[in-house]
Order: sequence, then C-alpha cells, then structure tokens
Amino acid sequence: MNLIGHYNYLISIFLMMVGFFVVICRGNLIKKLIGLNIFSTSVFILYITMGKVAGGTAPIVVPGPGPHIYTNPLPHVLILTAIVVGVATTAVGLALTVRIKERYGTIEEDEIRLKDESL
Amino acid sequence: MDIFIDIILLTLLSATALAVARIRKLFCAIMMFGIFSLVSACLFVTMDAVDVAFTEAAVGTGIATILMLATMALTSTEEKRPPYQPLVALLVVVVTGSVLVYGTMDLPDYGDPMAPIHQHVAPRYIQQSPEEVGPPNMVTSVLASYRGFDTLGETAVIFTAGLSIYALLGLGRRENRDHIVEDDHA
Repeated sequence: MNLIGHYNYLISIFLMMVGFFVVICRGNLIKKLIGLNIFSTSVFILYITMGKVAGGTAPIVVPGPGPHIYTNPLPHVLILTAIVVGVATTAVGLALTVRIKERYGTIEEDEIRLKDESL
Repeated sequence: MDIFIDIILLTLLSATALAVARIRKLFCAIMMFGIFSLVSACLFVTMDAVDVAFTEAAVGTGIATILMLATMALTSTEEKRPPYQPLVALLVVVVTGSVLVYGTMDLPDYGDPMAPIHQHVAPRYIQQSPEEVGPPNMVTSVLASYRGFDTLGETAVIFTAGLSIYALLGLGRRENRDHIVEDDHA
C-alpha cells in the first residue's frame, strides 16, 4: 500500500468517523441526522473510489474506433439507489423530529429523556 | 493532475465535515452540510461517476438541505451545549476508525485496473449493454434493465417513506387528530 493510492480510503474513513461522532455525541436530533448524512456520503465516496479505473472515462459509450477504457458502472448504479433511499430515510427522520417537537416541545435528547422520566 | 484535484477536494471535504461537527448554530451547520454535499458531487465528477454526481447535486444537496431547513424552521435554530465532555465517544470513534484503517490496508490502490471489482460482471456490462439494452449510458442500462428489481425495491422504499411521512404529519387533518388524542388522555 502507498499513501497516495490509499488517500481516498483514509479520508472516507475519517469522514465516516466524523459522522459517527456527531451521531453518538450531539444531543440535537437535526444535528444527528446531518451526521448520519455525512456518514452515508462517506460510504458513497468509498464505493465510487473502488469503481475508478486510471485513465478511464465515464461509462457512456464513446463512438468511434479504438479500445476505450471505461470506469466500472456497477458501483455507480448501487450508489444512485443509495442516494435516493438515503434522502427518503432522512425525510422520515425529519418528520419524526417535527412530531417530537410538537409532543415534547424540544428536540434535545437529554430534555426529552427528562420529560419521559417525569411522567 | 487528476489525483491532485482529488486530494484537494478530499481535504476540503474533511474541513467541511469538521466544521459541521463543531458549529452549534443549526442554520450554519445545514449550510455547511450543503457545501459538503456539493463538494462530494465535484469529487464524483473527478472519479468519472457523472450520474452519481448530478443525483447527489440535485437530491443530496437540494432536497435534503431544503427538508432540513424546513424542519429547523418548525423546531429550533440553536443546538444546546452538552453538559458532559465527549471523551468516551471520542475513544469509541478513534478505535473504530483504526480498525477500519487496518481493514483497508489490503485494498487495491486507487484506479488500479487489475482490482478484483473490475474482473467479474463489469466487463460484460461494458461490452454487451449497448447491444443488449440500447442506451449508450451503461449506468442507465444496468439500473433499468440488468438490476431492474433493485430499482423496483428502491421505489418500494420511497413509497413506504412517503406513506410514513404522511402518517406522521397527517397533512390536513392534524388539528383534529391532536384533539382526539388529548381527549383520550382526559
């Protein structure tokens, strides 16, 4: 392994850990969802990195003769699906946040827990 | 040159992510997240994933940011300062990160054409899909034809998400329902 060749992997792991830290450490529910989105974007970067071929072009047929090198289209398809599903789940999470705000009057985790315990 | 742009964009991404983790004003954090998404879309272009890039720019940056801003407007605009030091969380994150780095040691280098991922089904998609399916864009062919069932599953997930948002927020008859719940409590 060399550092330049693995730079993408290292940074995507770093981003993953930043997202993970925000999810477990921040009490605000919107902030947690932002952390979750950072986490999922870092997974996308990891996948797309694996599909890249050096000297390749985007996987759209180039007319004309000669062997053309294309980047692997399969990770792109998987990640296209993942992006759309990720936004759908974020939307559900945000709807839950709105409902929690209506019921509890706060979106801070520790205040919600206090209200639950006082019932 | 490509690798140079790649490294600059990745460094920019890490800086943005750290800013998101630190900022307490939710509006700023959401805007930083929008920037994060947009920079990652640029990164996808440098890695030849053009379809992913425009989906990320439209859906990830546009819709997700707007939904978060709307939720912020309905709830609160500032994050409370946590009463404790995040030492345990930091430890968990560092340990998980080191295990993951250890796991990536054996992975092939960035852009290596001999990597195992390029040997199995991808050559077939690249060589046969223009004749077998039709569209010049191989991503479209795989998405709509070879892996059509995956896309059907994705549609089912989005439909379920739409239904659950409707059930949660009950657009239109919300006042009524809240009254009924309060009556039950009384």
